Amino acid sequence: MSNWQWDTFFEAFPLVVEGLGITISLTFACYLCALIVGFIWTFIGRMKMKPLRWVLSWVMEFIRSTPPLVQLFFLYFAWPMVPYVGVTLDPFTCAVLGLGVHYSTYIGEVYRSGIDNVEKGQWEASKALNFSTPKKWTKIILPQAIPPTIPMLGNYLIIMFKEVPLASTIGVVGILQLANNYGAQNFRYLEPLTIVAILFLVLSYPSALLIKKLENKMNRRFDKKEALHSMKESKGAVS
Amino acid sequence: MSETSVVTNESATESTTNNEDAIVSYKNITKSFGDVEVLKGIDLDIKPAEKVALIGPSGSGKTTIIRMLMTLEQPTSGEIIVDGKNLWHMEKNGELVPATEKHLREVRGDIGMVFQHFNLFPHMTILENCMTAPIHVQKEDKASAKKRSIEMLEKVGLGDKLDNYPSQLSGGQKQRVAMARALVMRPKVMLFDEVTSALDPELVGEVLEVIRDIAKEGEMAMVLVTHEMEFALDIADRVIFLDNGVIAEQGPPSKVLENPDNERLQQFLHRFRG
Repeated sequence: MSNWQWDTFFEAFPLVVEGLGITISLTFACYLCALIVGFIWTFIGRMKMKPLRWVLSWVMEFIRSTPPLVQLFFLYFAWPMVPYVGVTLDPFTCAVLGLGVHYSTYIGEVYRSGIDNVEKGQWEASKALNFSTPKKWTKIILPQAIPPTIPMLGNYLIIMFKEVPLASTIGVVGILQLANNYGAQNFRYLEPLTIVAILFLVLSYPSALLIKKLENKMNRRFDKKEALHSMKESKGAVS
Repeated sequence: MSETSVVTNESATESTTNNEDAIVSYKNITKSFGDVEVLKGIDLDIKPAEKVALIGPSGSGKTTIIRMLMTLEQPTSGEIIVDGKNLWHMEKNGELVPATEKHLREVRGDIGMVFQHFNLFPHMTILENCMTAPIHVQKEDKASAKKRSIEMLEKVGLGDKLDNYPSQLSGGQKQRVAMARALVMRPKVMLFDEVTSALDPELVGEVLEVIRDIAKEGEMAMVLVTHEMEFALDIADRVIFLDNGVIAEQGPPSKVLENPDNERLQQFLHRFRG
């Protein structure tokens, strides 16, 4: 490791860490956007109008089948050129929209699976007790649908964190961009990029462990034997 | 065979003539699932406080009858009148139009139901299971809902389990909670959908005991879909035998269960008594 220079490392470290604020705030902004837009997808998906659902599935397929990088480039470089509707967005907003909407399609799927996992009997019981639609959702369905999805949602937060460097391609100055700048100025890439890797590792690994723990807790809360048993039962419910 | 059908028709008309005082009236109800016609024209009046047992082979449509009253299934044709109000239709500009959710909510407030698989809310303690609907649906204040719920749970013998979660209870206990939960809503008609079918045999007794107590109290009409013939004989005012989507025979339990006219009913009962 004759190439490794500790003084370069210590010189670059504070410069790179400065970008951490941007990287983290962009992560949360994108994630929040994905959570909200994902909710909208799920909501539309549950509406009774068939054509709307058909359009929705087509839009989701389109968003999922194009790489996020292409979407970012399109939003940033091509969108302003589109007549009438085109607007120039600043890099941060652009990244929030691009990555947020891309991941919202997966988040929406997580919500949907959570709701679908609530047994049919729970919907019937809320009807038998004459719950209004809003109360049915807030008191009965969502409290059962959300907890099992928390580990999955947490995973998407980590995935988002690792995707955020994509935004450096359109000029959002996070840790990757700063490291790259340092490298370009000093012709030394090894130390600053190592710092970037370490920062990502230090932040995402403990988060992953935390989520693993959460997942175990949720599994215990939602006793598997019990869930399996009631699933078998509800299959023979209509006689 | 012809003799049988004459008798059946007679007993059917007997109970439909007097429908002003009925709490629930089914008028020529049919129900199809896809190509399968499950109910082929049901006329049925239930009087306030009447205890009706529905029996019949599986697939005869008995569960569908009560599920339609709970608005869990929509009839294909016909009307259901609950306490003078049309359940599935409402009047708009002098015409009958399909009921909106708002209308359904108004009418089904009189109905309560206990399910085969309990359907307790797993994220709530059993006390919360009982309190939630009075508070959030009937807008009762929390203290009185709690008081009534505790009384009701004590009545079904679960006063010592208030803070337990449903997963910590046996099947029989769960079903008793489900009954308490339905009863605190003070329904005028209570539906029981094979409430003992999912229970281990040794737990059936405790649940039937509670139903018997409720039945004795009187005022509420009860419709029970059941396979417990002895129990039906014991508490029902009227037993209805459904076969192939029609009411094949009905009458007092002693007549229907012990001296039936209908041949299919004779076979059905024979199978039960082994």
